[in-house]
Amino acid sequence: MSASETAPAPAWRGRLRRMPWQQLTPLAGLALLLVIGSMLHPAFLSPTNLFNVLTRAAFIGIIAVGGTFVIIGGGIDLSVGSMAAFLSGAMILIMNALHGGTISPLGVVLLGVGIVLGSGLLAGAANGLAITRGRIEPFIVTLGTLGIFRSLVTYLADGGTISLNFALRGVYRPVFYGYFLGIPIPVWVFAVVAVVGAIVLHRTRFGRYVRAIGSNQEVARYAAIRVARVRTLTYVIQGLCVAIAVALYVPRLGSASAGTGILWELEAIAAVIIGGTALKGGSGHVWGTVVGAIMLSLIGNVLNLTTVISEYLNGAVQGLIIIGAVFLQRGRQGR
Amino acid sequence: MRTPILSGVGLSKSFGPIEVLHAVDVDVCAGEVHALVGENGAGKSTLMKLLSGFHQPNRGEVVLDGRTVRFRDSNEAEAAGIVMIHQELNLVPDLTVEENVFLGREPTRLGLVDRRAARRATRELLDSLRTDVPVTRRVRELSVSQAQMVEIAKAVSREVRVLCMDEPTDVLTGRETEVLFDLVRRLTVSGVAILYVSHKLDEVQAIADRVTILRDGDKIGTFAATDLTPADMARRMVGRELADMYPKKLPPPADAPVALEVERFDVPGFATGATLHVRRGEVLGIAGLVGAGRTELFEGVLGLRPGHGTVRKDGRVVRWRHAEDAKHDRVAYLTEDRKGKGLLLTKLLRENLTLQSLERFAHPFVNRRAEQAALEQAVKDFDVRVARLEVQAAALSGGNQQKVVLAKLMLTAPDVVILDEPTRGIDVGTKRQIYFYVAELLAKGVAVVLVSSELPEILGLAHRVVVMHDGVITGTLEGDDLDEETIMAYATGLRRDAPPTTTEAPRVRV
Repeated sequence: MSASETAPAPAWRGRLRRMPWQQLTPLAGLALLLVIGSMLHPAFLSPTNLFNVLTRAAFIGIIAVGGTFVIIGGGIDLSVGSMAAFLSGAMILIMNALHGGTISPLGVVLLGVGIVLGSGLLAGAANGLAITRGRIEPFIVTLGTLGIFRSLVTYLADGGTISLNFALRGVYRPVFYGYFLGIPIPVWVFAVVAVVGAIVLHRTRFGRYVRAIGSNQEVARYAAIRVARVRTLTYVIQGLCVAIAVALYVPRLGSASAGTGILWELEAIAAVIIGGTALKGGSGHVWGTVVGAIMLSLIGNVLNLTTVISEYLNGAVQGLIIIGAVFLQRGRQGR
Repeated sequence: MRTPILSGVGLSKSFGPIEVLHAVDVDVCAGEVHALVGENGAGKSTLMKLLSGFHQPNRGEVVLDGRTVRFRDSNEAEAAGIVMIHQELNLVPDLTVEENVFLGREPTRLGLVDRRAARRATRELLDSLRTDVPVTRRVRELSVSQAQMVEIAKAVSREVRVLCMDEPTDVLTGRETEVLFDLVRRLTVSGVAILYVSHKLDEVQAIADRVTILRDGDKIGTFAATDLTPADMARRMVGRELADMYPKKLPPPADAPVALEVERFDVPGFATGATLHVRRGEVLGIAGLVGAGRTELFEGVLGLRPGHGTVRKDGRVVRWRHAEDAKHDRVAYLTEDRKGKGLLLTKLLRENLTLQSLERFAHPFVNRRAEQAALEQAVKDFDVRVARLEVQAAALSGGNQQKVVLAKLMLTAPDVVILDEPTRGIDVGTKRQIYFYVAELLAKGVAVVLVSSELPEILGLAHRVVVMHDGVITGTLEGDDLDEETIMAYATGLRRDAPPTTTEAPRVRV
């Protein structure tokens, strides 16, 4: 009785105490980058530039939302960049093959998007099942599929480039370059994926189970949670997110090659980690991942706008920010 | 009387505001085994840790060879020849025996580790202890008793004068215990003083010269071991409380149906041909020594590890492949490994409480307010002592953690509850609360299976007792057969009933 009466006050006090460190570190980093950017170039804060940043962030960001599930569940997926390349190549080849038949170009594009989403689910399920049913480390499985997907796209492209039929490009183009209510379509998609991801992770049983499993798999198993099923599903979600990113990426260039999506896996993992998700699993936030992805995109943009640091050092700055972010997060754990 | 090597004078120790040890005097002489006995939470491990430098007393002093000493940590105590062997062995699993024995003080030659010298010294050491542990084997590949021998060898190599052993036989089989006792006797002959903590009173009587009995942090007295029977020790340990420690044992209704039946169940590597049943309103005790396969048997039945055999719930044959299947059939299992398998230590109480029954709180979105209400109710129902509700599970004491785990199980509304070591590492008061909670469950017609290594608990609660030895059920006891000696005879394999008589046919009896 007394406990229930005294509970509310410490509750918000506790939340307040955790707030500054755990939740605001990524936001503070984002704010810092915005301040630096606006000092470097007057056009930095223009809607055009910021939409440009967000549109670029969308690919990595959408993949990283899926990665948030995988990493919180105690796993890792190294194959997402190669998977994106493979799905892009396969999608273009399928759409080209369908074109010219009885289906209208719009129908071909819709069918292509449907097929790529389905294929993403399957690719994620393959990773997940190999990990859970095959009882193989996620690092090993996805390192393997990283190689497999990469070499498959190279094989499909015969070492060159796979290009989308010109007529189809015209129909598909607006998906990347179009606007809805003044905001670029990829930004809308990114937002929807993030919101749905956040709801699933933070408000559903599934999300709670993912965190429980990442926190202690044995406790979850003894609590009658179907651990293998939940873990597999995190990889399926990851695959679906990769496919959504691919559906946005293909209309951008209209082509895929062996070089597509190189190092996207590392950028996606970086976005998740910068966003405050623990690499060992158990806890994290989708919105942190979103902030992380935007930060990575902003760094590139800021370096482009300035001559102080060469844009070729983009990777180095990103690397420093990742290490710095994890350092700050470790500080709050009191070690 | 010999002069003591090590003694504690008026030792008191508090953790936070709670004093767990009140001005206790104790001493140990060269060549003697001095046992400390008491219930969980009586302060015996604390006392031992004060003497071996792991804790520092709040009041009182430690005297070594007639001089007051203040050990800042266990390393200083070890340097003075006082070595403690922990319940959880302190060895590096991936190093060899020889590397472990000399860890941190490897003999060197020309700046490199002189493996030959280390190996020779280790072998001589183990030979002198008359154990045949292979020195080049990795510790990971040793049996628990062998690992313990290595731990002792390590202590002896540091010229131990006082060896403190905390529940050393907990993880040993009967034969391994004999080997350990031989070793202890040889060590005492060579003049080592042994301080020995155990709750196995028959073993204490067998090995100890003197016995100090503790109760709730007070010293009840020090006695010559020959003056006490194990029953005397138990009576003095528990004091007058013994009578009302357990609820009144009411027999299940004569027509109580069988809730859970297990028939010829095998768990590969752990249990063979297990057959048992439990009725509604009944406590079925599962007794046996550590390593008898009790936990594994029930984990197998529940689908938590591979196993096969026939399981019936309320007369219907069931096949549980996952804990989830058992949950749907309203069977709940309380794990013996509270910290490793029972609680998400870094998560809030609320998340822990509802983890096993989250479907009741999610339609489809998790309703945190309902969860919070359930937590407030559970804290009230189970008397969880916690200053505020928004804390991680790790912040609770063992007893309160166990109450949360119990509350978590009960949210699934089970009608068969399997409690595996439900009071391990829990203070006396909380134990009593758990026993009375079991009685409440019985009154509601729940069937309870109680797996326990504490015989008083089994005798205090169980209507019938199944005894396991080495993966096999050696007997099912009830009525007049229920006493410690009989259970121990079956648990050690000295007695065993022929399999057909253990296969009681419950339907015939009802």
